[in-house]
Amino acid sequence: MRRVRFLIWKELIELKEDRRLFGIVILAPIFQLFMLGYAATTDVRDVPIVVADADRSAASRDLIARFEASPNFTVVNIVTTTGDIDPYLERGRAWMALAIPAGYGGRLERGRPQTVQVVADGSDANSTNVALGYATSLVAGYAQQLAVARLPPGVVVRGGIDARVRVWFNPRLESRDFMLPGVLALLLLVITTNLSSMGIVREKELGTLEQLNVTPLGRWELVVGKLLPYALVGLVDVCLVLGVALLWFQVPLRGSVWLLFAMAAIYLLTTLGLGLFVSTISSTQQQAMMTTTFFFLMPMIYLSGFIFPIENMPAVIQPFTYLIPLRYFLVILRSIFLKGVGLDTLWPQAAALAGWGLAILALAIARSRKRSA
Amino acid sequence: MRKMTAVARKEFRQIWRDTRTLMTLLFLPAFFLLLYGYALNFDIRHVRLGVDDRDHTAESRALVSAFVNSGYFDLAATIDDPATTKRLMDRNEVRAVLVIPSGMGRAIQTARPVAVQVLLNGDNANTATTVMGYALTIIRSESARHQPAAAPAVPLVSVEPRVWYNPSLRSTLFLVPGLIAYISMITAVVSTALSIVREKERGTMEQVRMAPLDAASFVVGKTIPYFAVSLVSALGIIVVAMALFGMPMRGSWLLLLLALSLFLIGALGLGLLVSSVADTQQVAFQLAMLASFLPTLMLSGFIFPISSMPRFLQLVTYAVPARYFLIALRAIVLKGAGLDAFWVDLVALLAFAIVVLTLASVRLRRQWV
Repeated sequence: MRRVRFLIWKELIELKEDRRLFGIVILAPIFQLFMLGYAATTDVRDVPIVVADADRSAASRDLIARFEASPNFTVVNIVTTTGDIDPYLERGRAWMALAIPAGYGGRLERGRPQTVQVVADGSDANSTNVALGYATSLVAGYAQQLAVARLPPGVVVRGGIDARVRVWFNPRLESRDFMLPGVLALLLLVITTNLSSMGIVREKELGTLEQLNVTPLGRWELVVGKLLPYALVGLVDVCLVLGVALLWFQVPLRGSVWLLFAMAAIYLLTTLGLGLFVSTISSTQQQAMMTTTFFFLMPMIYLSGFIFPIENMPAVIQPFTYLIPLRYFLVILRSIFLKGVGLDTLWPQAAALAGWGLAILALAIARSRKRSA
Repeated sequence: MRKMTAVARKEFRQIWRDTRTLMTLLFLPAFFLLLYGYALNFDIRHVRLGVDDRDHTAESRALVSAFVNSGYFDLAATIDDPATTKRLMDRNEVRAVLVIPSGMGRAIQTARPVAVQVLLNGDNANTATTVMGYALTIIRSESARHQPAAAPAVPLVSVEPRVWYNPSLRSTLFLVPGLIAYISMITAVVSTALSIVREKERGTMEQVRMAPLDAASFVVGKTIPYFAVSLVSALGIIVVAMALFGMPMRGSWLLLLLALSLFLIGALGLGLLVSSVADTQQVAFQLAMLASFLPTLMLSGFIFPISSMPRFLQLVTYAVPARYFLIALRAIVLKGAGLDAFWVDLVALLAFAIVVLTLASVRLRRQWV
């Protein structure tokens, strides 16, 4: 036990001596969280739209005014023919174009159904999809108002079905409240897995790992002593990130903070286990970095549900997402933050995460034994 | 010149011998494109719906089947008490719940207004907004079925959506530019930085400095192999996207190469700058991540739209080279635009490259002597 303490102490001193690394480990998460807190919103606001108004009537201006009033759109210019919109879309000055045909106002007056064209730049499929939805529902709402206004005097609108929508967990539909907990998980992964794997491989590269191997330290003591400092760094980062998220960005935390920390500790088990595992299969820091970023970081970003919802993936791919530990931690974090649920609901995720962590740690330790033998 | 090629050859041999790194750099990106091209989808379909039907009439069943037949919702659970609703929502087993009050059928027959309730899981705001749109549309059209014939059956104004450049809104086409930017950043910035800092860490930098070699040839020689590898990897991604996902190539290859090279040179410059600041590979890696990886992923407009960001952050994105590269790449590949449409972006890439290369060479030269 005392020997482990010394090893931890040595690691912490090394970390502190390396002033730059120390600064980065403490400051980088806060910096990144600020950046991401503002940037990582999937809401689409102020979509630049160009209008080709071939009609120039009161009715067409009325429709344009709807787009101008909507927070989702910013009208960049009003041109006359559809030919004029090309340069706007081609240069990316507008993402969308609304084309109102000539005679629009006149036909509307006579109560004939009308079609306006919405042209969208599909090169950014994600935003386009969302923006198209906004445009469609804006026009649909407008059409409904027109229809009610035009009902013949004798006809009364009958009851019909009305929808009362209630949004649970995130009533203001803030995507930041959803993204920030995910950012916490991602930052922990980037920092702890990479730092620990590169830290161990560094000793290999410099030849000092051999020296540690010949000391009377046991295998477990070595692993614990090497990884625990990084776990501490990780927990400090959790505190920092949590502070910024709660105090600055005012993300609601409806569940228990202690549960959050306990879960973060389990998660750190998997990220550090991964770091140790990567260090056993790499002989240079460059290799360790490549392996972590390409084989672990990238799949985790894309397939964990961090940005792209798992439910939208094809059924063939979905089972593979169960192999990704971040998936479980994301569900846990988001549930604790937004839903305020406890362990009674989250135990399957917690168990999966713990299982993952123990498995990768065991694998890494088994590999490191073979090597030093 | 000869000295420079000697350094390049040495560095290249070193990469070549590390088979895993080489394979990772060259082939993994294209493989990822395959995987993510299939996996990532922006279409929201098969939303898991729970139904709490307290009415059990022909009308309520018609409403439920309107939801199911829309193709957007899958009936995941039939619920008969509010506690179950809470449990299913908490566990993500359903994303939306439709609550039909008892007496709905009766109300419709007697032409009285009636409200049904739609509960949505709002944790992912984007998905929730879309699902809300689906639900409202379905309920509106069901409601219209029960309206008198005098009311217009078709809406007076409707939208005919058309999507240019990427009509089926395929995510592959959207991913390719992002992936190239990402991969180039990793290979160019991080690898370059690590390869130089490694020499510092191991003490071989002293030997290099003693050798009859000037700073410029050392730096250029060091970066050429990474430039080549990044270029090959990026072209690999483009070829895979064209062959397997039908990505068009509407513009000129020459322009594409130009944009790619400018972007890569900037990235290499950034890597050199990082290497001049860092003394250990760990620091170099974290710095490179901070300076390249996260901005490229988050601030380039690749995933999160720039126009939705707050003003000051939008200003920051002007310093992210991936932003310009993304615009140029989409313009060339998808829009087939000519140089007049995006020359500004190429100039910005060039300016970025010049600035970081100057800074890096000043710092490195100071350390050299």
